[in-house]
Amino acid sequence: MIAELTALLSHPLWRMIAALAAVMAFLAVNGLVLLYAERKVAGFIQRRPGPYEVGPHGLLQPFADAGKLISKQLVTPMGADRLLFWLAPLLSLAPVVVCFLPIPFSPVLTGMDINLGLLLILAFSGLNTLALCLAGWGSNNKYSLLGAARAVAQSVAYEIPLLLAVLAVAFQVGSLDLSAIAAPQTKGLLSWNVFVQPLAFVIFFISAVAETNRAPFDLPEAESELTAGFHTEYSGMGFGIFFLAEYSYMVVVCSVATALFLGGWDGPVFPGPWWFLGKVFALVFALMWFRWTFPRVRFDQLLNVCWKWMIPLGLANLAATAFLVKWVH
Amino acid sequence: MPQDVTSRLTGDYYTAQFGPRLSEEGDTLVLNIGPQHPATHGVLRIVVELDGEYIRRAEPVLGYIHRMHEKMGEVKTYVQYLPNMGRVDYLHALAWNWAYVGAVEKLAGITVPPRAEYIRAITCELNRINSHLLWWGAYLLDLGAFTPIVYAFADRERIMDILQLATGSRLTYCYFRFGGVSADLSDEFVRRTRGFIADFRKRLPMYRGLVTDNMILRGRCEEIGMLSPEMARRYGATGPVLRGTGVAYDVRRAEPYSVYDRLDFEVPTGKNGDAMDRYEVRMEEMSQCLRIIEQALDALPAGAHLTPDLPERFTPPKGEVYFAVEGARGKIGVYLLSDGGPKPYRVKLRAPGFSNLSLFAELARGTLLADAVSILGSLDLVIPEIDR
Amino acid sequence: MKRLLKTLKGLWSLVVGLKITGVELFKPWLTVHYPRQEVDNLGGYRGHIELMPAADDPLTARCIMCWKCVEICPSRCISLRMHAKGEEAGADPGLLLAPEVKSPFSAHLAPPPDKIERVLDSYRLNYSLCSLCGLCVQSCPVDAIRFSRNSYLVGTTRQSFELDLLARLRNPVDASRRRDQNARA
Repeated sequence: MIAELTALLSHPLWRMIAALAAVMAFLAVNGLVLLYAERKVAGFIQRRPGPYEVGPHGLLQPFADAGKLISKQLVTPMGADRLLFWLAPLLSLAPVVVCFLPIPFSPVLTGMDINLGLLLILAFSGLNTLALCLAGWGSNNKYSLLGAARAVAQSVAYEIPLLLAVLAVAFQVGSLDLSAIAAPQTKGLLSWNVFVQPLAFVIFFISAVAETNRAPFDLPEAESELTAGFHTEYSGMGFGIFFLAEYSYMVVVCSVATALFLGGWDGPVFPGPWWFLGKVFALVFALMWFRWTFPRVRFDQLLNVCWKWMIPLGLANLAATAFLVKWVH
Repeated sequence: MPQDVTSRLTGDYYTAQFGPRLSEEGDTLVLNIGPQHPATHGVLRIVVELDGEYIRRAEPVLGYIHRMHEKMGEVKTYVQYLPNMGRVDYLHALAWNWAYVGAVEKLAGITVPPRAEYIRAITCELNRINSHLLWWGAYLLDLGAFTPIVYAFADRERIMDILQLATGSRLTYCYFRFGGVSADLSDEFVRRTRGFIADFRKRLPMYRGLVTDNMILRGRCEEIGMLSPEMARRYGATGPVLRGTGVAYDVRRAEPYSVYDRLDFEVPTGKNGDAMDRYEVRMEEMSQCLRIIEQALDALPAGAHLTPDLPERFTPPKGEVYFAVEGARGKIGVYLLSDGGPKPYRVKLRAPGFSNLSLFAELARGTLLADAVSILGSLDLVIPEIDR
Repeated sequence: MKRLLKTLKGLWSLVVGLKITGVELFKPWLTVHYPRQEVDNLGGYRGHIELMPAADDPLTARCIMCWKCVEICPSRCISLRMHAKGEEAGADPGLLLAPEVKSPFSAHLAPPPDKIERVLDSYRLNYSLCSLCGLCVQSCPVDAIRFSRNSYLVGTTRQSFELDLLARLRNPVDASRRRDQNARA
């Protein structure tokens, strides 16, 4: 039985399908866990309990939230473009599942052995921008339109430093395959790329915060200025899917950061995947920490940071890496 | 969407007025930052004409919380009007209390015992700290930081508990009476206030580190909403809005009332008149409030807390009076016209927020929408006070 | 160069901010976790008013029915009914004094209650209108009303906020049980 399963899983197509199913389950559970964690972290930073009543210490709160979102009426606003309006949340969530395929949870536990893993991830996460755009336009709401316009400009701008940081690491290792990048980092703590390329890590992390629309870069959903930005008009599961997509993207970018910079599955005692997940959730905690500490950056300042600081630094880093790689070889 | 459908949906008086006057340059969007909005401090409606993110025109629309306080002043007796004063601006209710009782005392020639004067100063300054803390938290909430408001409310709770010991209320105080205050301060009040002052002095550096020095906040506040002293004078702005431009006008120094001429405190001013200066002025004012409270507690004389010889049916003599105090938002004025009867003939309430808000239309022109939110927050508006 | 230093100082301010919230993460809760914990700061709290019992008979209110509290209330929350001794209870709403007429015992030095020839039938407070200003408490010449400390008053209907203060005086046990019932509801 086991032998047959292993034989089946070595076939790339079946392996991919199994991986997709596992990823979808993981994302669902992840949404619930991160929802609870975010509210608890927010509560503790603000010196209050957070969710407490639903279940012991509020552990069943995410189920209550999910139940509430699912049971709400799906309202299409008057004059909204029906197709675009309802396509947007689906387009936001669907590509995320694919993004998890190349991520190496351990040398064996990888969805897909593809030598263009990074490219796949960057390409599919770019579809999120399109989803935001459709959401804003299809809502027939001026607030949503403004939010979508901001979101598109922000996402497009921050793709570039993201790419530059990733390319620096790719140059260093010589491959776009995440498993190949994570593998050389298993020789102990100091072999992690974050010590070789600290600037790339910082640039990547800041761009990740901007790409996932998290504070301090959460202008597209700026609550106090634009009500709720591009997802103003969504109720119930429409909002739920955007929500889930946001948390899933957070995990994607943190996973990529872990694989590229923090040594992937490297760690003593415990098996690889646990270390991987631990590092991913440590980075997710850092994202939450940022959200509850900093005020929002103004839009033109956001783009300023990107064009005047991130991109020049990223280019300089890339050039230095290329030079060093060439010189060493 | 076709134009007629839009006007059917949003064709109320104000948007209809706005429509035909849309500017010719470029494609503009009329956005209604409606009365229900997370960033307008109360029910304020602003109709904004946007060119992309830039504001071409902004017009505040008031009246959503007009409660006819001035009319109520004509149908209630002088004593019955006291609880109204706590509700006009509930954040600095004691200052409004003071403005009204001060006006009546000036009109009727009632003397206030010295202990009551000091008690009034102590409680009013504690209330001022409360008001500034809430402004600080709400301003940062507008700017997207979700934790400072919770920290501010933790401090506010302490002050509210202290003030509850004396006044019995937490927000809408009806504590002052003609000729003093309604209840005396207990020893526990004095002890807890001193404890609070010591603890709050240690909290202020934390606020500075978390927020005031924060690079992102400085980017949102510096050089936003630059106000010149001339413009402030034109609109009649007072309080931290005026002091942020560099004009050191404080009613407690310009027209001293009660014991403020005996207390030693500074009036903080800004330099440029931008939002950051107004912010710094209010933060510094909180420290100065602590100084005032300490001095008043040290100088608190023994004695009565209320004039004992107030007549039963209170009818002040005929005449008119204007009395102003320094509230958290600016100069609060109460004008009373008495015809010798038990009820005032006319009560006029001068709310500082009204003059401060009228700046907004001119200040917000040409700014980004995010900056307009920042400017609105830095003006420290309480809409119920503006609408009365 | 100066700009670079300013940027580095700004970045350091961000780290300081993170440090502050990071420290706050591990500090104890500041909120009172009701109903597991109770608030303990009800000193001086202005709950709804309540009648004070007479010195000799705890079931009789100290009230001398001078109507000062009724007159002075800005919102007309208080209503009371009385009858002169010897008449039937509730026969007519009682002597309504015109505003300019001074009531017989309205000087601040009021005679003790057993010289009053009136009986209090009902004393009701419409708490929905009350603004807790305290004018009624301060205007009572015999200190017959005071603020209660009842911070747990809840109700599901508007009628439950029309408080019958005489009943509350006469049945303190019922009143407290009512309070607990209301708190649990």
